[in-house]
Amino acid sequence: MTSDITLPFYQALTTDVNALSTCQAQDDLQGVRREALERFAVLGLPTLKTEAWRYSNIQRYLKEFPYELLYATTTVPASVVAQAAIPELDCYRIVLVNGHLQADHSELPAGKGITIGALSAHTQAPGFTKWFNKQHHLAQESLATLNTAFFTDGLYIELAANTVIDKPIHIVHVYTATQHAFIQPRHLWVLNRSAAATIIESAVHPDADVVTFANSVLETVVEDNAELWHYNIQLGDQHFREVHTTAAQQQANSRYHHFNFTLPGTPFTRNNLSVALNGSYTETNLNGLYLANGSQHVDNHTFMDHIMPNCNSNELYKGVLLDSANGVFTGRILVHQEAQKTNAFQQNNNLLLGAKADINSQPQLEIYADDVKCSHGFTAGQFSEESMFYLRSRGIGEDAAKALMVNAFSHDITDEVKVPALQHYLQEQIAAIMNN
Amino acid sequence: MLTIKNLHAEVEGKQILKGINLEIGKGETHAIMGPNGSGKSSLASVLAGRDNYTVTEGEVWFNGKNLLDLSPEDRAREGVFLAFQYPVEIPGVSNLNFLKTALNEIRTYKGLPTIEGRDFLKLTKEKQQLVDFNANLMNRSLNEGFSGGEKKRNEIFQLAMLDPQLAILDETDSGLDIDALRIVSNGVNKLRDAEKSFVVITHYQRLLEYIVPDFVHVLYNGRIIKTGTKELALELEERGYDWLKEELHLKESV
Repeated sequence: MTSDITLPFYQALTTDVNALSTCQAQDDLQGVRREALERFAVLGLPTLKTEAWRYSNIQRYLKEFPYELLYATTTVPASVVAQAAIPELDCYRIVLVNGHLQADHSELPAGKGITIGALSAHTQAPGFTKWFNKQHHLAQESLATLNTAFFTDGLYIELAANTVIDKPIHIVHVYTATQHAFIQPRHLWVLNRSAAATIIESAVHPDADVVTFANSVLETVVEDNAELWHYNIQLGDQHFREVHTTAAQQQANSRYHHFNFTLPGTPFTRNNLSVALNGSYTETNLNGLYLANGSQHVDNHTFMDHIMPNCNSNELYKGVLLDSANGVFTGRILVHQEAQKTNAFQQNNNLLLGAKADINSQPQLEIYADDVKCSHGFTAGQFSEESMFYLRSRGIGEDAAKALMVNAFSHDITDEVKVPALQHYLQEQIAAIMNN
Repeated sequence: MLTIKNLHAEVEGKQILKGINLEIGKGETHAIMGPNGSGKSSLASVLAGRDNYTVTEGEVWFNGKNLLDLSPEDRAREGVFLAFQYPVEIPGVSNLNFLKTALNEIRTYKGLPTIEGRDFLKLTKEKQQLVDFNANLMNRSLNEGFSGGEKKRNEIFQLAMLDPQLAILDETDSGLDIDALRIVSNGVNKLRDAEKSFVVITHYQRLLEYIVPDFVHVLYNGRIIKTGTKELALELEERGYDWLKEELHLKESV
């Protein structure tokens, strides 16, 4: 904790009473916020001695600049939002600027059973009351508790039972500031019984002269027999840093498909993804692709919590690390004693293409039930020489051959993307990065 | 078109080619035969630029260019094509995308405009019919799950698409049954013309009944020890290689 106190950022958090009261004035969550702050004080900011952060030096990035804690709302022109456009994608669009819903750039789905709006405006909604800050993994992650204490605003989605959204929702997060800023959005999405949706998230960071650091938390709840397809696309840039926490809860017979794509070039990305299975007969697919270059650091920290019996989870994370990029993957699978007949599979495959690229991969399987099928696997390698020679012998240059091979390596992730325009967009992004 | 002078090459410190001399003219088909381990496939690999081979001596000229100075891709762009003995499976790379990339890289190298959309598909269809390649395989991943025969036919299809000046067929007949052999050979024969040269590497005379060569060379212990016409292949089929080896040893001991 002593090292934390030297951070101007940390001092601002704990001594700036105004900051807390600014938040508290906005809503009726004083108790929750205060409790989270107390929890944060116990956990402290992660250091390299914190087990879950031993390969990701977040303090280095928090010390980089004197960050301003950003609460005020701001607006951006349409041209900024357009940077995140996915060609040919027929979708609803929701624009959040630093977590604040910007209605004039948004096209919300409407209809019976659909509630979408600012989180701050829905603190009395039934879904909020039932689910907000209830995913129990959040209290273990100090950055998440920090978010709970100080979050500004975010997106609230609640779909009533049997509500199916006809088109994907594309959420565009814009992070913008006039000076280096630490931004903490908070979202809650609740899909009630038999509801279904496809949600795509991507982000824009229009400022080249200031650095924004986003510490966002999303809670998502997939109720009985509901299905959520969730795509998160991290196309970053040099002026952005991110800790992105997704905490999902699944009820019986539900299906949750999570895709995370981390592409160049945010220097520091940490994704916390945890799924708590509160009911039986669920299906969970966690797919990740990280393609990193320069000295990029990408840490995917995942946790499948098998609480109930008869659930299936499949996790596949693939990484392509160029230059001196640094990858971290943690795959924790916890199978509780009650969770018999669990199928939990995990795989992490990496292509280390840069001379100084590296990957730290850690499967963590804790199994307390005796009738389960669990597996994990890890690979790290280069392109097969024989394949490269085959392509080159047909006149394909080394770079184009590598691009083809990376495309091939990532295809078992991109092939699972069920929105054709998004799939095409991702393939194009990957090709553009490799051809550059 | 291709001139090989005193070519020596080694792999992992072991001398494999020990002074090959060969002259291949435009429109000619040369067969290279020889017992196992004589260096046939090594010669193909060295010509295509496989990088685990080190050329220790000699020269290779292709249309006035020093072939050994070129990267594998530039050799292909200059017009050298190697049909692999063991074509590689690359899951996730579609056959069509692969061919389009290859074709356009070659065209760009030659200063030609790239070929897109309909023109590409038209060319694909035309060549696929010419060499009798199953259209269903074109959208699949490159060679993934192809049978041995399908892989070899895909090599000939690629050969038809990329239209090189010199095609080296490395044991294209290995692992083929008689029907597949006939189809592959027919494909090759349709591609033969006055401009294109072939080097057909094979263990057996069988293939040469279908692809009739102008010259037959016998490679043994890293050197060409005998050159003849197609009749030499028949003689080899009948008598095997031992009489040639004996001839060679007699010569060397003199």
